[in-house]
Amino acid sequence: MSADTTAKLLDSASALRQEVGENFHDALAEALYTDAAQIADRAVTRPDQRRRFDLDRTIDHLVTSRMFGFPIMIALLTLVFWLTIQGANVPSALLASLLLDTVHPALLDLGDMLHFPWWLSGVLFDGAYLAAAWVVSVMLPPMAIFFPLFTLLEDFGYLPRVAFNLDRLFSKAGAHGKQALSMTMGFGCNAAGVVATRVIDSPRERLIAIITNNFAICNGRWPTLIMVSTIFIGGAVPAALAGFVSALAVVGIAVLGVLITFASSWFLSRTMLKGEASVFSLELPPYRPPRIWQTIYTSMIDRTLIVLWRAVTMAVPAGIVIWTSSNVIIGGESIAEQMVTFLDGFGWLIGLNGVILVAYIVAIPANEIVIPTVLMLTVLTAGLSDVGEGAGVMFELDSNNAIREILHVGGWTTLTAINLLLFSLLHNPCSTTILTIYNETKSLKWTAVATLMPVVMGIGITLITATIARTFGWV
Amino acid sequence: MSQNDTNTAHTLADLHPGETGTVSALHSQGPERRRMMDLGIIPGTTISVEMNSPLGDPVAYRVRDTLVALRREQAQLILIDKTTAKTTTEETS
Amino acid sequence: MTVTIPTTKPLNAHAACETCPMNRHLERLGVKMDNWDYVIALAGNPNTGKSTVFNALTGLRQHTGNWPGKTVARAEGGFQYGDERYKLVDLPGTYSLLAASVDEEIARDFILFGQPDVTVIVVDATRLERNLNLVLQVLEITDKAVVALNLMDEAERHGLQVDPRRLARDLGVPIVPMVARRNEGVKELLQVVHDVAVGEIQSRPHRIRTTHHQALDRAVDQLVTQIEAEFPGLPNVRWVALRLLDDDAQIEQAIRDGSLGDLSRDGSDTAIPDNLLIAEVSA
Repeated sequence: MSADTTAKLLDSASALRQEVGENFHDALAEALYTDAAQIADRAVTRPDQRRRFDLDRTIDHLVTSRMFGFPIMIALLTLVFWLTIQGANVPSALLASLLLDTVHPALLDLGDMLHFPWWLSGVLFDGAYLAAAWVVSVMLPPMAIFFPLFTLLEDFGYLPRVAFNLDRLFSKAGAHGKQALSMTMGFGCNAAGVVATRVIDSPRERLIAIITNNFAICNGRWPTLIMVSTIFIGGAVPAALAGFVSALAVVGIAVLGVLITFASSWFLSRTMLKGEASVFSLELPPYRPPRIWQTIYTSMIDRTLIVLWRAVTMAVPAGIVIWTSSNVIIGGESIAEQMVTFLDGFGWLIGLNGVILVAYIVAIPANEIVIPTVLMLTVLTAGLSDVGEGAGVMFELDSNNAIREILHVGGWTTLTAINLLLFSLLHNPCSTTILTIYNETKSLKWTAVATLMPVVMGIGITLITATIARTFGWV
Repeated sequence: MSQNDTNTAHTLADLHPGETGTVSALHSQGPERRRMMDLGIIPGTTISVEMNSPLGDPVAYRVRDTLVALRREQAQLILIDKTTAKTTTEETS
Repeated sequence: MTVTIPTTKPLNAHAACETCPMNRHLERLGVKMDNWDYVIALAGNPNTGKSTVFNALTGLRQHTGNWPGKTVARAEGGFQYGDERYKLVDLPGTYSLLAASVDEEIARDFILFGQPDVTVIVVDATRLERNLNLVLQVLEITDKAVVALNLMDEAERHGLQVDPRRLARDLGVPIVPMVARRNEGVKELLQVVHDVAVGEIQSRPHRIRTTHHQALDRAVDQLVTQIEAEFPGLPNVRWVALRLLDDDAQIEQAIRDGSLGDLSRDGSDTAIPDNLLIAEVSA
């Protein structure tokens, strides 16, 4: 067909469009639904009398009621998190003792047997292996519990009701109710949370959900929060209250994260993401009994293993970097020590220290290794010789007292602890999440915004708290 | 239900849970209008209010045997004729 | 997520079919045709158990969720039935093929330009009216369609009686009642898909009636005559006319660059516009 006839065809289409009038689309939609209604009506026989008890409707009215809607939601989500944390303890300890206490020494022995040079054993077993083992033992059990539980709620049909219940709050912040779900998912893993934003079908709201997902504290960051709260916050109050207060501190940081999610969503929707019009729609699908075994199987394959694999592939190079930087000595000091010294000034300014900043830089691949790295670097820079496993070997201690000793030697104060809590909420997403954000948005700009915005906020806020604390002479 | 007057112009947002109406016109524009139509909300469609969310907005509507949540600003653009016969939540379908 | 499963048997190449024009279209949409005899597209509203049907047919475990847009990129799998190998392409769940969301474009473009051998539309028996809206749109594009009437157990639970024969008569395409999660109806679906693919079942699908809207009806008729003159043999003239009247920029583009013409004149080498290749992006 020549360009001529093409143009003619399109012209006459355009002319006819004028003739039919502007409401063509309405007419078409009407024609479609008129036919659909008629055909459906002929094919379906409805019960003469509606049954008195409709289970779906009863559930719906209960889980969205003014009185019970929020309590049920909070109870269910708390139950999911509680099962995750409690249930993960034992398998995590088992994995740690297997991978860290049994396999790691065995690998070192193997290296000796094969006459590996010390640096090769170091890089492979103390660096790469240890980082990967750490990530697996900390991450696998909670994710293997959290994701299936979450997926069961999703398949049953409850999660759309959570979005329905919370949409008002999100709409005030210029976001979509379904962001409640990607945020909840983010408490398990931010990378998974970012993928979960796919359920949001309007591009603008989806971007908001992606960028703010990092403010949901993922399970790789919980151990840091719990340890720091227990030692420094719980330790600062009478023993009877210690457990309660430290738990409150952890929950407080998580709640602060939710508040920051709303605030930054509101900010984004009025600045960078202003004016991208989008259509809200939320269908509440019928409840369906979940297929439990299949759900467990698919969520293991689809979510847990994929996320774990990505984390491990990121942790391996990080482990190599940590070990190497602690063992390559230039001018009498290891690279790691030089970095710590270099960053100490800036760290002090924001109420942290060089060790913490270096730990966060090398732990970009996986937040799980922040604490072991902090301990290792503190021992290294403070020159403690009776604790730890040697330069570049991450370790953790069973006793909180022992950790407190080390950190005191490292110069930690309550301000350091509080600012570390804040900084673990407000820093760049881990590299797995950053990569996921890029994959989902295909945009360097939004990936950069999502990566840098939290760090800038974190530095700003810790700078303020440090300045205030010092001005009033609290530290 | 105090008001049974079908002559008054109503929007979907004026209905309470348990009430039913028939769409008379759509004031939504652009993609919003298309989405409403894809959901089967076109003039002549019967819609009933299923339930409010705990914070009052959005509201879930039953449209063509499906449950769809709309925000208040969306519902305000959908004009309806209120069905005068009062129906209770338990009996509508 | 693009899923391909390894085939278990050594394959004798169907060299003859690799060169046939329909497969060329599919290959340009990113579907590898080397090992397959037929391509089946799976369409449907969100929450109809579409992914469950996909799993039941392929034996793969693809996560399903109660969400629109769950299948963001295209999932692909394969199965063998009788002597033939089928490639199954899971399209995004959509309410319609009219509005301009990315998901709807992917689904629409695949059915239109990919020209799959059979399009299976998964339908929720408890919400037939809403689902038929999509079915009627698909039937405007292709004759080679089968309706999988899923969730028959849920319909029963709600006291609904759905009459598949009546539905088949009104829609003019085969209907297979199913409970995919319990594997009920899967064998029947496979047989019907086979029959449609090889041409043993010839359908005369329902077409949207525009008769109650005179201006619309006239405009469609006039445009259909014109399109038929320009693109002899185009299988979905009426639908193209409807899209043109609806000011569908993509279809206009497809007419300008000749990719629509390809569908009527077999084997032409005109490129498919870039935006149709979105479907290739895998997560």
